[in-house]
Amino acid sequence: MANDRAKLTFWLLLAPLMIWLLTLIVLPHLGMFLVSLREKVGVREYETSFANYAVFFNEPLYWNTFARTAYMSVTATALTLFIGFPIAYYIAKLTRGRTKTTLFLMCLIPFWVSELVRTFGWMILLRETGVISNVLQYLGLVGGPVEMLYNDAAIMTGLVYTSMLFMVVPLVTTLDSLDDSLIEAGYDLGASGFAILREIVIPHAMPGIVSGCIVVFMLSLGNYLTPILLGGKDSLWFTGLIYNQFITRFNWELGSAFGFLLLGLSSLIVFVGLKLSRQSLGKTMAQT
Amino acid sequence: MKSKLILSTVAAMMLSSVAAQADTLRLLTWGGYAPEDVIAKFEEQTGHTVEVTKSNNEEMIAKLRATNGGGFDLAQPSQDRIAGPQAEFGIYKPLDMSKIDTALFIPSMLEATKGNTTVDGEVYAVPHVWGTSGLVVNTAEAGDVKDYTDLCNDSVAGKVSYRLKRPTLIGFAYAMGLDPFAAYGDEAAYKDIIDQVEAKLVECKANVKTYWDGGDELKNLLRSGEVVAAMAWDTGGWQLNDDNADIIFVAPASGALGWIDTFVLPARGRADDAAYDWINFVMQPEIAAMITASAGNFTASKGGDANVDDALKAKYQASFPQEAIDNIKWYPSVPAGLEALEGAALDRINAAN
Amino acid sequence: MPNTPDLECRAISKSFDDFKAVKDVSFSVPQGTFFSILGPSGCGKTTLLRMIAGFQKPTGGDLLIKGNSVLEVPPNKRPVSMVFQHLALFPMMNIGANVGFGLRQRGVNKTDIKKQVERVLERVGLGGVADRPVSSLSGGQKQRVAIARCMVLEPDVLLLDEPLGALDLKLREHMKIELKQLQSEFNTTFVYITHDQSEALVMSDQIAVMNHGVFEQVGTAKELYYEPATAFVAGFVGEANRLRATFKSAEGGLLQMVTPEGRALGGVDAGQGLSPGETVEVFVRPEAVRLSRNAADVAQMGNTGQGRVENILFNGANSQLILRDQATGAEMNMALPQTGEFRDLERGAEIAFGWDPQQTRVYRSKGNAHGK
Repeated sequence: MANDRAKLTFWLLLAPLMIWLLTLIVLPHLGMFLVSLREKVGVREYETSFANYAVFFNEPLYWNTFARTAYMSVTATALTLFIGFPIAYYIAKLTRGRTKTTLFLMCLIPFWVSELVRTFGWMILLRETGVISNVLQYLGLVGGPVEMLYNDAAIMTGLVYTSMLFMVVPLVTTLDSLDDSLIEAGYDLGASGFAILREIVIPHAMPGIVSGCIVVFMLSLGNYLTPILLGGKDSLWFTGLIYNQFITRFNWELGSAFGFLLLGLSSLIVFVGLKLSRQSLGKTMAQT
Repeated sequence: MKSKLILSTVAAMMLSSVAAQADTLRLLTWGGYAPEDVIAKFEEQTGHTVEVTKSNNEEMIAKLRATNGGGFDLAQPSQDRIAGPQAEFGIYKPLDMSKIDTALFIPSMLEATKGNTTVDGEVYAVPHVWGTSGLVVNTAEAGDVKDYTDLCNDSVAGKVSYRLKRPTLIGFAYAMGLDPFAAYGDEAAYKDIIDQVEAKLVECKANVKTYWDGGDELKNLLRSGEVVAAMAWDTGGWQLNDDNADIIFVAPASGALGWIDTFVLPARGRADDAAYDWINFVMQPEIAAMITASAGNFTASKGGDANVDDALKAKYQASFPQEAIDNIKWYPSVPAGLEALEGAALDRINAAN
Repeated sequence: MPNTPDLECRAISKSFDDFKAVKDVSFSVPQGTFFSILGPSGCGKTTLLRMIAGFQKPTGGDLLIKGNSVLEVPPNKRPVSMVFQHLALFPMMNIGANVGFGLRQRGVNKTDIKKQVERVLERVGLGGVADRPVSSLSGGQKQRVAIARCMVLEPDVLLLDEPLGALDLKLREHMKIELKQLQSEFNTTFVYITHDQSEALVMSDQIAVMNHGVFEQVGTAKELYYEPATAFVAGFVGEANRLRATFKSAEGGLLQMVTPEGRALGGVDAGQGLSPGETVEVFVRPEAVRLSRNAADVAQMGNTGQGRVENILFNGANSQLILRDQATGAEMNMALPQTGEFRDLERGAEIAFGWDPQQTRVYRSKGNAHGK
């Protein structure tokens, strides 16, 4: 009897989450999947087929764009990790009390403004008549104005900047839980700083690294504004293609198929990443 | 529920002697087409309230398509974007011309729009604001840019911008001596034209600083001098001219591209009467002048240009001598399917190195 | 090499801003000694240990290991190893990898590491567990792995930072014996810090009692117990009753004192060269006090008195009696012999007590006394 009641309570508590999952995630995806299977054969005439998926694989442009997006996102993730790790280590291990809170807040500051404003901020810095170009000219380091916008490096800068917090937070959390005496024990047993990093700190921080990387990778892959605004004429990004299909081409069928391919391929990359780092999604999410 | 509706109706009738029924008009339009002062006047006179959503052609159609023509009571896509989407998605409903005061419109423009937006014998749109796109040029730096293809000149290398959208394809096609509008009916011929334009634009890509996306972005680029010649709307050029006299709008040698934004009723709009009220209201010459002042473009209102500010008129006349006006290429209605062709070409240009 | 001590500290000190944690401490530890540093928390013992390990840099003095100064040697190059308070076993590695960690850092080849790891694990009684995860071990086994992880490197000095603190009482008692056995088996110099006097007394060859950044006394367990050099040591090591008195006169090596309440006491000078008229502290161990129902039995013991039983703390052989001295009103703590004689003793009973002045140590009063 009590057991039944406990079960009922459990399901009632779970219900809002289930409804949320079902109506906001499962149903739209199901709808999108059905749309992606419709092949347009004439005005208001559709047939069920995989033709939209075939378009992706037959047109090099599309899978090239996907490969480029994935490659750039992986690179952005790696760079974010590379830059974020020392920052997180510094915050978690070398600071205390108020300094720690202040530094943590400083990582948050960029998120007080919208992504659009943040991106415009970078445009002001990087453009030909922008701050950096002017400072370089003023210092006499360059002869004329330099354009730092509208290239892959600018996209990368924007992506790393936008993602930094999502890498630093899980890293700080896991590094915080690393007992200082483990590091001291490592030194005491004769290890160099690098050996300690490799054998003790990184293995301990692995769940944080993996969850940070998953979040950053997904954010980069799904980013739309940053590549378009900072990348300019070289801003080929898969989400941009999806947007174009839905909005400017009125081709929902192809757009849905692209959306599903993005979902599938990004899941695949995350899966491979987890396998390579020998982490499981459950473990990663539980620890951070 | 029903008694409440009747009650509010009665209340509205008592409040306003002009309007038969007070409604909320959900207007899907462009920035500047429904300025605050016009809305205030309209609400005062009719008792309706107006909710404005600003958008652009593609998003308007995408929004209406997502709701099967619901969520809005009046929309303002360009006249070439009505017959195709209507045939494809059925997102509009025919106009009842008897409810529109046609005497307020410039007759030639009204007839042309009606002709372009007739599907199965029903008229779907009447004209509102019109304008052109052509070239905005900083004459001090790029005086030699007279036509779209001049954007590919070495003299302006790296200092050029245009949109990666269909007007660019059409403009370049005309500048290359082709006639894309004539090929609208012949998909093979049109594809041939688009292929040639694609090749030209891929070749020209090195000249481009960036493909602009929003009006403010382009204005920044021109104002800072990072871009000296761009393909853009006439109003943008005229506004920049206020800040920098060297920057002017130039009607290209091969002809500016003329567009007309219209009024259409979304298929599942609920306040048709309010929509007709709005159309008849804003087409009055003095209201039309207020919209011209806000949007920067002229309207299809007969006599609407009489009250327009002289400075704007002067700029208009400088950009458009009579032969340039005669040379404007008005967009015909886009046949369904051509946009997929253009889209693929634009994607390839974007991907080219 | 004639008698070079394994570890020698010369006037070593450490200050944090205005606070002097360690003040000019000097000592040396001969090879193979189990050396304990005993002191209350905050006395500076952890700082001292961390300086020896190299995690903190002394602000003064010198530190020598096998006769060589190691002040400029970083912790990962010092020939000392440390067993941490919470052991600090690496949870991301299995037991074998933990023990082999130090050897890997030295670049020893894999087969040798495997052999040496297995050998040292066998010596601590944990053969064949190399492939198991650390979490599969009990508290005592983890302790042994932590020691094995250090000992496999054959350090000159093994430092232990209260490693028994986290264990439960029963296991702690057991590990005391085991640690001592391991130390004599490896014949390595151990430097062990603790605040638990019983750990220090049971295991150590030499004990340094530390308080407020200085060593109060260094000696064997017996020396500390029977001949504490300072009032702090007398109070901190073992149990003691403390009485306040004024030094009157010395007669044949015995000091004559009188308490504020007027009771006369006899005792011996703990070597501080007291002079008559000084206020002194008088320490007597509970087990030195003899009890009797008959006052005549203890009359000849020198220091005698009558008291009323306040409380009886029965704890088998370690039972204690708390009574109120009728003359001074002071509370006295004494051992209650479990010979059966006092089995029927109850609270409120009157009893006579006495102790030998030779077992009464007298120290100069510092005004405010520390310790228990």
